[in-house]
Amino acid sequence: MDLNILWFILIAVLYTGFFFLEGFDFGVGMLLPMISKKDVERRAIINTIGPHWDGNEVWLIVAGGATFAAFPHWYATLFSGFYLGMFLLLLALIVRGVALEFRSKIANPNWRFGWDWAIAVASFLASFLLGVVFTNLVRGVPIDASMQYTGKFTTLLNPVSLLGGLAVVFVFIFHGANFLSLKLSEGPRVKAFNAAVRNFPAALIFAVGLFAALYFTGSAFSDKGALTLVLPLLAAAALVLSRVLGSQKKEVWAFILSSAAVVFTVAAIFIALFPNVMISSTDAANNLTIYNASSSPYTLKVMSITAAIMVPIVLAYQVWTYWVFRKRVKADVTKLTY
Amino acid sequence: MDLVALSRWQFALTTIYHFFFVPLTLGLGIFVAVLETMYVRSGNPIYKRLTKFWGKLFLINYAMGVVTGIVMEFQFGMNWSDYSRFVGDIFGAPLAIEGLLAFFLESTFLGIWIFGWERISKKLHAAVMWLVAIGGNLSAYWILVANGFMQHPVGYEIVNGRAQMTSFGALLGNPRALYLFLHTIFAGLTTGAFFILGFSIYHLVRKHDAEAFQKTFRLAAAVGLVAVIGAGLSGHAQAVYLRQVQPMAAAAAEAHYQTADPADWSVIALFDKTGKKVIWDIKIPKAQSFLYYFKFSGEVEGIDNLQAQYEEMYGPGDYIPLVALDYWTFRVMVGVGMLMVLLALGAWFVAWKKFPEKWIRRSGWLVWIIFLPYIANTTGWILTETARQPWVVHGLMQTSDAISPNVTTGTVLTSLVGFVLIYAVLMGIDLFLLLKFAKAGLPAGDTDSVLMAGEKPETKKGGK
Repeated sequence: MDLNILWFILIAVLYTGFFFLEGFDFGVGMLLPMISKKDVERRAIINTIGPHWDGNEVWLIVAGGATFAAFPHWYATLFSGFYLGMFLLLLALIVRGVALEFRSKIANPNWRFGWDWAIAVASFLASFLLGVVFTNLVRGVPIDASMQYTGKFTTLLNPVSLLGGLAVVFVFIFHGANFLSLKLSEGPRVKAFNAAVRNFPAALIFAVGLFAALYFTGSAFSDKGALTLVLPLLAAAALVLSRVLGSQKKEVWAFILSSAAVVFTVAAIFIALFPNVMISSTDAANNLTIYNASSSPYTLKVMSITAAIMVPIVLAYQVWTYWVFRKRVKADVTKLTY
Repeated sequence: MDLVALSRWQFALTTIYHFFFVPLTLGLGIFVAVLETMYVRSGNPIYKRLTKFWGKLFLINYAMGVVTGIVMEFQFGMNWSDYSRFVGDIFGAPLAIEGLLAFFLESTFLGIWIFGWERISKKLHAAVMWLVAIGGNLSAYWILVANGFMQHPVGYEIVNGRAQMTSFGALLGNPRALYLFLHTIFAGLTTGAFFILGFSIYHLVRKHDAEAFQKTFRLAAAVGLVAVIGAGLSGHAQAVYLRQVQPMAAAAAEAHYQTADPADWSVIALFDKTGKKVIWDIKIPKAQSFLYYFKFSGEVEGIDNLQAQYEEMYGPGDYIPLVALDYWTFRVMVGVGMLMVLLALGAWFVAWKKFPEKWIRRSGWLVWIIFLPYIANTTGWILTETARQPWVVHGLMQTSDAISPNVTTGTVLTSLVGFVLIYAVLMGIDLFLLLKFAKAGLPAGDTDSVLMAGEKPETKKGGK
């Protein structure tokens, strides 16, 4: 296996980690104003992700940085081509980040409820845009021979990518509700479970719809053989099983399975993409691949050594944070931080 | 305005804005870690309250730094895609490693620090704050390695029109990056120290928790004096090196036009409308040679000679940066730095005299010294980034060749207006919160909660 393949896999892993971890953060954010009107319960909800969301978001930062370092042309074409989408994603991440940090700092109901809506809308926008971006990535966008995106912003808003946006939104909501069922206690825990039940049908329908659209309307999925068919089916099965086990109060399993659904989906997208990193809908000869978009072997080697040392360390201390905060969060005003 | 100008304005504004928050994160993080260590070692609850007080201000500032930092990473690809293609092989690596090695560390452990007061032992909790502070300062190193390459490219070769890394070691040991790093770390500590001095004065004047704020005042005065002198010395060393590797940038900062030995030093100058010609100035004979060589002789290359030299090397063109801007940002930065040395000395003296009441009473206006490091930080970066122009990577790529060719002016204008609006609103909210918590003084109990009307405070007695 050459280093180009290794880095493609590593970047896929980073985005998968990001979707899995920030996925429930975004889901929790969207559910925040829906689940409860009581401030203390909302604070408990935010406190479930409080210690983790910032570290989770770094997965995106590192994925972006790794894309830049290992495949500069991928990074350059993607970010300049999807400019307005990226801009909106930035706005969403900015608003959400400060909202989480600022909302509980002032004891005024309007202030707090205003920020709660900001968290929800920003989490929705970020999730939706991520769905749009990744659907377009795997379906292909117009790219010319000099690796430049030649479409417009509206080119990115096609029926399939919009479906992709909705699928990500509802899967994240379901995934977030599972996380909350696992982390909250008493009343809020029940409310979180009910939210999972309510949002499950939409998550399943949009996810299956997206897989069908990707499989039948484009070539990336259908050309790749068994894996790109099996993984989406597994993802759908994991969603269903997650819902079933959630009803049996097996909350750990429900969460693990909705995580699996997210992981299988992102894995399928990257497998469908391989060995391309950006697919040109103009001409397949214009595709960016892991070879023509990559950095030099020397840079890839330097990066590989760094990653081999750092990734296990990062994983170890991130797992430790979840261990430290493994207890359920109680809606008790004096015990809440955010 | 054309695409290059708009892209530059957006990058400049978002970077300057981001760097309002970064130095305080770097410096204040270390102070909070020190205060918490004092708490662990002494067991004195006053240090815990101080840790929580300055820690809360740290967090409010930190949030802004994080969210504006993501913008930086995205922008290279969004607005400067040809630059990203050209240097990606070299520039991407430190950015990725920054995330992997530093930002993960900082963010993950900050989460534990905020929420972990009662979950982990005191010692471990203090160690976690040190990891946060170290993570932040390590971040600065990697970012400055990337920036150092733009100032003074090392460890590379040009292959098929792209810069490729040939020596990672050379990149990491780039003296230009190391000087930048040292200078930035001292600037961060200075920013943290003046922030603490300013708000400590605020409370000392009002006699709130005088004992506690005398402690942070003393600490900040001691660290601040060392830091601001360190910033000056590292800045000077950096300037000496700058003359060797980016002589045009150095000459622009001094508005020095004709190569001379010995070279005079311009103290004050006025420029014409182009900002590139001096119309009036006062010079001290031989002083510039002295600044660079520590003796009254030594050649210093001038802007006009360098322009002729660069035209020969790179072809016809204007290789002169906006001299007036660089000349004045340099003077403002150094001037403010010197003022801060005096203020830090004064703070030392006040602490040594044990805070005489008659002085403290009249010191309320000194709260404003908090802004001084911000002026120096901002002018310093404007100098660093504009004196390099017209190059985006010195000698290798010009800024006008670096933009994204397929992004339209309308698109960039949209994002520029969007960023300006949201940044303006957030600045207002951030200042409001910082002031509210800074003025509120030390927390009374042990809870981190801001309670709503009708909610009962904690019954357990914690702290003082």
